[in-house]
Amino acid sequence: MAVLITVVAHPPDSDVGLYRAVRLIRRFEERAVDLVRSGDIIGGIHPYTGQEAIAAGVCAALRVDDTITSTHRGHGHVLAKGADPARVLAELAGRATGLNRGRGGSMHAADFALGILGANAIVGANGAITAGAAWAARQEGSDRVAVSFFGDGAVNQGVLLEAMNLAALWRLPVLFVCENNGYATTLTVSDAVAGTITGRGAAFGMPSATVDGMDPRTVLDAAREAVDRARAGDGPSLIECLTYRFDAHHTWEHKARVRYREDDEVRSGRQRDPVEIQGARLDDGERARVDAEVQSVVDAAVAFALDSPHPDPVGALDHLYATGMRARPGGGG
Amino acid sequence: MPWLSYHKALNRALGDELARDPAVFVLGEDVRVAVSNVTAGLLKRFGPDRVLDTPLSEQAFTSFATGAAMSGRRPVIEFQIPALLYLAFEQIVNQAHKFSLMTGGQTRVPVTYLVPGSGSKTGWAGQHSDHPYALFAHAGVKTVVPATPEDAYGLLTTAIRDDDPVVVFAPAGALGVRADLDHEGLAPVPLGVGRVHREGEDVTVVAVGHLVHDALAVAEELAGEVSVEVFDPRTVYPFDWDGLAASLAKTGRLVVVDDSNRMCGIAAEVVATAAERCDLAVPPARVTRPDGAVVPFALGLDLAVQPDRAQLTAAIRKVLKQ
Ligand SMILES: Cc1ncc(C[n+]2csc(CCOP(=O)(O)OP(=O)(O)O)c2C)c(N)n1
Repeated sequence: MAVLITVVAHPPDSDVGLYRAVRLIRRFEERAVDLVRSGDIIGGIHPYTGQEAIAAGVCAALRVDDTITSTHRGHGHVLAKGADPARVLAELAGRATGLNRGRGGSMHAADFALGILGANAIVGANGAITAGAAWAARQEGSDRVAVSFFGDGAVNQGVLLEAMNLAALWRLPVLFVCENNGYATTLTVSDAVAGTITGRGAAFGMPSATVDGMDPRTVLDAAREAVDRARAGDGPSLIECLTYRFDAHHTWEHKARVRYREDDEVRSGRQRDPVEIQGARLDDGERARVDAEVQSVVDAAVAFALDSPHPDPVGALDHLYATGMRARPGGGG
Repeated sequence: MPWLSYHKALNRALGDELARDPAVFVLGEDVRVAVSNVTAGLLKRFGPDRVLDTPLSEQAFTSFATGAAMSGRRPVIEFQIPALLYLAFEQIVNQAHKFSLMTGGQTRVPVTYLVPGSGSKTGWAGQHSDHPYALFAHAGVKTVVPATPEDAYGLLTTAIRDDDPVVVFAPAGALGVRADLDHEGLAPVPLGVGRVHREGEDVTVVAVGHLVHDALAVAEELAGEVSVEVFDPRTVYPFDWDGLAASLAKTGRLVVVDDSNRMCGIAAEVVATAAERCDLAVPPARVTRPDGAVVPFALGLDLAVQPDRAQLTAAIRKVLKQ
């Protein structure tokens, strides 16, 4: 007689689900940093460590067919939206099995089947793309919503403000999620932002709230309210999530000796840890089970990525044109 | 036979594609009342969900179109002024154009960027007179510069149906061109297939857009003296290199007339490729705007930086003497 093994998947918006998401992102980022050190990931990464509650909370409020756009610091969003960690890691390692077949890397991870319209390496660039996706969904008669994640640095980009105006003007189902980690690379928010971040949303008549971005549940609650509003046809919202980046802006910082945060500040910033905040809501046994499961998922992801083939250089410009048009080669002869 | 203007041909192409495919929509500044005339009548036929007036937010509406395109739509953006492409260069070249490759082929961005009135409109001065097609061809964005009403119709139609971003430059100097055509004679024209407007034996003149008409006029003027072949690639990227090679195999002499700046302009690329691939009898010549030109206001100054018929005539004579 066959043994039926039932895996009880925890809903992403449950306490276990939220914990699993933050735990997975944290473990994934730690291993990715190791792989940068070992040279398996070239170019480095922008670690999401410390900010996990935002991706986990927002994505838990979404359906699979809702769309997100992400940033240079995008692994967390992509994982929380459901991308396969093995294929994300393979992408970071530039392998043919990666989400983008090794053509995108850390800053461009996309999985259209899961509504992940791509991480974007130009600060503030994704807001307008999100607005277009939201409009298209509405034109189709669907109630899908679209989320744009961005940092505090992006709120001074004109294109993002233009996009907020369009979204509000046309009452598009968009969620603008600002991850305010206090820094744009080394520049503090107080040295960069005149007025307030929520003031940017309010200026366009958008409901705009500041929430604790270290607590996945708080983020989920705020996101759910905004998603419900968007789905009901009541237009976009802005959520500013206060958070702290535990690691470097980018892994180059591990070698470069740039100093812009006091040790005390980093120490105290790390005290409120989303993994601990959410973990405390689980009993020890449950937490240990999730930890073990995440560990095995990430171990498997690393093995998959490192065992995967590199893409064939002959195809370096495959996919340049959706129509299959081939570019003239650049070599001599 | 009815006379169809270039302008009207663009309008017909938009109307026909909007009617044919519900995914197509048009957006831009003042497109509902059709300030440029190119979108005339479309609002009444297709309604405000298919013909969207945008705020003056070029960066946002350009990427808005990208997001809509990635979600299954086929946007056509009308840009009021060619220089607005500089504002949206990031959104076209660094975003829309790159997504197919960067996502490993997961998405396509079928946006058409339509620029009616590109190039000098004499009297519009420095910031309204650029003709920046070379920039997009250089970046690898499909780039089209139709010369005639039937090509304007056919190439815009193909651009809208193409699964990649395509910029369609309708030169100011060509908008008034009319052709003896009726609607039934209009058909899609593939990208990358040139057109020999006039056969000749002695020299090939390569031109796009309004300069095709100048080249034809010069060819006619020189008819007794020189046999000029006028080759119009119609799309500058992809370029019909085989068509060019076939023409040069016959004439062995090349003059390019190009309303780009000289430095890294299309003429430079045509000359270089011809030198690499073809058996030229003599060194080629090119007639272009000057390096880094900024079009000055006064009429005489404006014209002084445009490639003109006298320069083209001189260039043809020069390559024939050698
Ligand atoms: C438009 C733009 N300007 C500058 C950069 C270089 N850059 C990359 S990340 C970054 C800081 C972004 O800060 P923020 O938006 O707060 O996001 P965070 O890195 O804190 O997640 C900068 C300046 C860029 N990629 N895009």
